[in-house]
Amino acid sequence: MKVNCNVDIRHLTRVEGHGNIRIRIQDGLVREANWEVVETPRFFEAMLVGKHYENAPYICGRICGICSIGHTLASIRAVENALGFIPSKQTARLRILLKHMETLQSHILHLYFLAAPDFLGVGSVLPLVDSHPEVVQAALRLKQLANDICDEVGGRRLHPTRTVVGGFTMLPDKHQLQSFGERLKKSLADFTSSADLFATFELPSFERETEFVSLKGEGDYPFIGGRLVSTDGVVKEEHEYRAMTNEYMADWSTSKLSRLSRGALAVGALARFNNNFNEMNALPLEISEKLGLSPVNHNPFMNNVAQLVECVQVVMESIDIIDTLLDTPWQESKEAVEAKEGTGVGAVEVPRGILYHCLELDSRGRVRKADCVIPTSQNHANIHHDIEALAQWCVEQGKQDKEIELLAEMLVRAYDPCISCSVH
Amino acid sequence: MKTERTFLGVPVVKPRVGFFDLSSCEGCQLQILNNEATLLSFLSLVEIVNFREGMKEKSDEYDIAFVEGSVTRADEEERLKRIRENAGTLVALGSCACFGGVNQLKNRFHDLEWVKKEVYGDFPIETREARPISAFVPVDLEIYGCPIKKEEVEKIVTKLVLGHEISHPNFPVCMECKANENVCLYDLGEPCLGPVTRAGCDSWCTSNRMGCWGCRGPAPAANLEQLEEIIKQKNIPQERLLDRLECFGGFGEAARKMRHRLEKNS
Repeated sequence: MKVNCNVDIRHLTRVEGHGNIRIRIQDGLVREANWEVVETPRFFEAMLVGKHYENAPYICGRICGICSIGHTLASIRAVENALGFIPSKQTARLRILLKHMETLQSHILHLYFLAAPDFLGVGSVLPLVDSHPEVVQAALRLKQLANDICDEVGGRRLHPTRTVVGGFTMLPDKHQLQSFGERLKKSLADFTSSADLFATFELPSFERETEFVSLKGEGDYPFIGGRLVSTDGVVKEEHEYRAMTNEYMADWSTSKLSRLSRGALAVGALARFNNNFNEMNALPLEISEKLGLSPVNHNPFMNNVAQLVECVQVVMESIDIIDTLLDTPWQESKEAVEAKEGTGVGAVEVPRGILYHCLELDSRGRVRKADCVIPTSQNHANIHHDIEALAQWCVEQGKQDKEIELLAEMLVRAYDPCISCSVH
Repeated sequence: MKTERTFLGVPVVKPRVGFFDLSSCEGCQLQILNNEATLLSFLSLVEIVNFREGMKEKSDEYDIAFVEGSVTRADEEERLKRIRENAGTLVALGSCACFGGVNQLKNRFHDLEWVKKEVYGDFPIETREARPISAFVPVDLEIYGCPIKKEEVEKIVTKLVLGHEISHPNFPVCMECKANENVCLYDLGEPCLGPVTRAGCDSWCTSNRMGCWGCRGPAPAANLEQLEEIIKQKNIPQERLLDRLECFGGFGEAARKMRHRLEKNS
């Protein structure tokens, strides 16, 4: 039987922000297969113009309700790089810990609340409260732990309050840190059961070769700053981010789009894994092997697995960071910085991929020009091409209407897009 | 509405609830999911029938609509009006919905063509000045904050469900901050809108030594003139006060006047 299908999803559910999927297949021919980004733009880059740099992290954190910590840290790094300020080891450690916990809470939110319902055949996490109580409880436990640590280190889980240029307004309580370290150690058991659960999920065997872009770790799995790399062999420095992102506009998207060596590129957990698997600890690598993830993997649905693997990585690293913090006497929480003219770039691996903030400051420290390149905006073109290829793949596999619709939704969800962020 | 549980022997209805987002970071909706310890009991209080970010099923039959975000495009105005028609109670959720939020920072340029060009170059893109939802439809209840405080939302929703009267504190954040025994940020040389901002957040930011940026809007008896005096006495640049006053839109006219004055004097 020839495949006929008409998918028209306006405002895809269980993703952050507003996007549409349109697929039309007639007698086995793909007539149309599109990803459309319809989010309203908010103009953060314009908002900052003329504002003193202290506004930048505070306002930019509000680009995103899921990865506000990542945006705040990217802005802080951009300002500090512009001013030629190097944060203390203590500040750097606390920032990484904070970022790890944001990654953990974001990945858990995505894996359990947004992605898992598809694999378990339900419309949301709500039915799972009754049918899979242990799954929901474990997810809530992990998310709460991550958020509690964000509260203690960053002052608040969403739109953090303690994170400022130069360091932190306040330091966490060491007794609290100690108990968080213990809770993190215990949480590793929850990941073993998560891995068992995810092993039962049937991921489509769809693949489309693409170029994966991320930071490159040097002796550690990368999260804040460093060199930019792609699986096609491109290597750039942090300040050369524009050569890595090449932003352009298209009529199907209110978000800017990116490309590098090919028509599109991908960022995110899978990109980080593909470029940095050799920097991972043994346990996450074991889990990736168990779940069939090995580099370089070109199946976008495997981003789910890569996120789960990263959860284990960030928990293990956080346990070590907390141990180091507990063994070291506290220094001043914040150092003084002086305003001067300059341009700085902050590249940070946030949950959905590499994020860049670039700020040009005048001699009084006011923003002359701002630029933010968001992970999801870098992914949009790849999602678009993936949907085309997926439609074709579905024709070859003889899939039918409802199945194609669900696969297309699952494909977009696998990227964990943050659409309002991408339009900002 | 369905009757399922009782409170002091009185049947309690379980309202059908929808969450909707206009131009925003969607963080306020996520705050609803962000209180893991009480999430399940909160969910037992209401029946969520429309929550695009969290569930696939959707219904246009709801008693209470929570709307996050501000209006910045024609289609958002239309969506908002439809939501208003469907909802018995319309709640503005967070600073963007209540005051325009950070989105209204672009309004200060009074030149949307420049704003568009600054970000998109010559690519055509549609936008308007960011406005709170009350500029388009009647709003029954406002929940303040950027972000909203989940504990406060839970309290308010419980009162809504039980039919109790809802009122916001009429005193400023400063009083909560004093009650929390914090060192005054002015003594640390930091500007803070605590003396003029509506309380209810339990001095969330100032307890973390971040000066208040006024995300909840002015307290009813806010004395801005006196605040300017304090800023002068403490030798803090007026610009830093302005940054905070104009950040979320709650101090609307006062912030606009101050900007006008500072720009004229510079």
